[in-house]
Amino acid sequence: MTVQSSKKTEEFALLLRNAEQKREGISPLSADNPDLTIDEAYQIQLINIQDKLNQGQVITGKKIGLTSKAMQDLLGVNQPDYGHLLNGMEYENNSVIPANILCQPKIEAEIAFKLKKDLTGPNITSLDVLLATEYIVPAFEIVDSRVQDWKITIEDTVADNASSGLYVLGEQKFAVSEVDLAQLGMGLYKNGKLVNTGVGAAALGHPANCVAWLATKLAEYDIPLKAEEIILSGALSAAVAVNPGDQFTARFAGLGEVSVSFS
Amino acid sequence: MEATKIHSLAEFLHQAELDKREVTRITAENPELTVEDAYKIQDEIIKIKLEAGDSIFGPKMGLTSEAKMTQMNVTEPIFGYVFNYMKVQNGGSISVSQLIHPKVEAELAFVLKKDLEGENLSVEDVLDATEYIFPALEIIDSRYENFKFTLPDVIADNTSASRVVLGDSLRKPEDFQSDLVGATIFINGEAKAFGTSCAILGHPALSISMLAAMLSRKGKSLKAGEIILAGSLTEAVRFNAGDYISVKFDGMNDVSFHVVE
Repeated sequence: MTVQSSKKTEEFALLLRNAEQKREGISPLSADNPDLTIDEAYQIQLINIQDKLNQGQVITGKKIGLTSKAMQDLLGVNQPDYGHLLNGMEYENNSVIPANILCQPKIEAEIAFKLKKDLTGPNITSLDVLLATEYIVPAFEIVDSRVQDWKITIEDTVADNASSGLYVLGEQKFAVSEVDLAQLGMGLYKNGKLVNTGVGAAALGHPANCVAWLATKLAEYDIPLKAEEIILSGALSAAVAVNPGDQFTARFAGLGEVSVSFS
Repeated sequence: MEATKIHSLAEFLHQAELDKREVTRITAENPELTVEDAYKIQDEIIKIKLEAGDSIFGPKMGLTSEAKMTQMNVTEPIFGYVFNYMKVQNGGSISVSQLIHPKVEAELAFVLKKDLEGENLSVEDVLDATEYIFPALEIIDSRYENFKFTLPDVIADNTSASRVVLGDSLRKPEDFQSDLVGATIFINGEAKAFGTSCAILGHPALSISMLAAMLSRKGKSLKAGEIILAGSLTEAVRFNAGDYISVKFDGMNDVSFHVVE
């Protein structure tokens, strides 16, 4: 990973880092700096990832965001974005997570891919992704924003590690041939009540399409998606706000469940 | 045929693909061209592409239907190679201005989990070595005028390989009857061609067996991890800019693409 930094990107990275430590949202970087580019935003993201690596954390994978038409329309973009997953973000199935370690968390149900082969571009298709996948598991992504009230543009969220927070993987692993990932249905339950439903196709038509997008995108920078990485492929439904005391379960057709609670 | 001639014919066909231009079939001026020469020309085209930085996705089988074999008066199918630049995402688009006179066929592809070598492999041998079978659409685009060619012509032309739209349903061979997969090609919602996978040599696994046999005669074999397009379930259908092509395969996700200018 190479980080090209400038004074501006370093400053912005520090603002986000402090916001994360204090768990206090900042005003959007883009509000005062309308000329901030997506490339600069990714540089800011990389500066803060490098900082976490320097502190001993390890990259466990990547997450893909803005994979639904609704989210893309909301932010006025026509492509997804991505962030990095670190070992400190991973929680086990059925964990109880103290809500105060996050700023303003929301929860999304997703399909996670565990890779067994590097995915090196260019021109990666969803078939290439499926053939490179060791297994899939249902997952929760707990997204969080270090920007006040989630008032984000694409540049703000990219700089903020694509609004990553934590993630929880289901325990049961499945081969990609066991389910139809485009058609599988998902129900998200909060405190036992259904609050959201989704389907695999909501993520760019097929969850593997999202991973193919990311692999092709990263190939532009000569970065492969690596064997062993976990890839969170994108939300199957809108994110749901998390409050202390909430318990969430997501049921996936043919893939079992994943659960998490917040204290 | 001498090496310089083989190289110049390979350059000629490779250039026709790059220029998106149909050319006179090479047997018109070289009536003595044998099947063996033709595979040498194909090998040379592959070499040219590899040197240009392209990489191989996997082999593809052609002339796997009774009708085509009778028409071309052959008893054995032919093979060529799909390159990675030819891959198209399921649901993606294909630009006709990048091609000459493309046609689409519905196919099944095999992903191997074991090496396969030998002259007389059975259906069981092949299925036992197969990790997955998945649906795909092959776009063939002969570089020859009016899609007219003799057997050596089409072999030399890398068996008309042009594009492949890759399906995203992976099936285990033990989970379904891979010789009875029905497929229908719809263009703008209208059914245009139908077929079943036993149209491929009676069983698509036999196509893989025949490829192993042909490679074995050249001292080569199929390796674990290799992806092979086994042949077409249907006839080939022309398409035009503005078309939306979607193909239904029994028990699998549709494979589709948009055709743009």
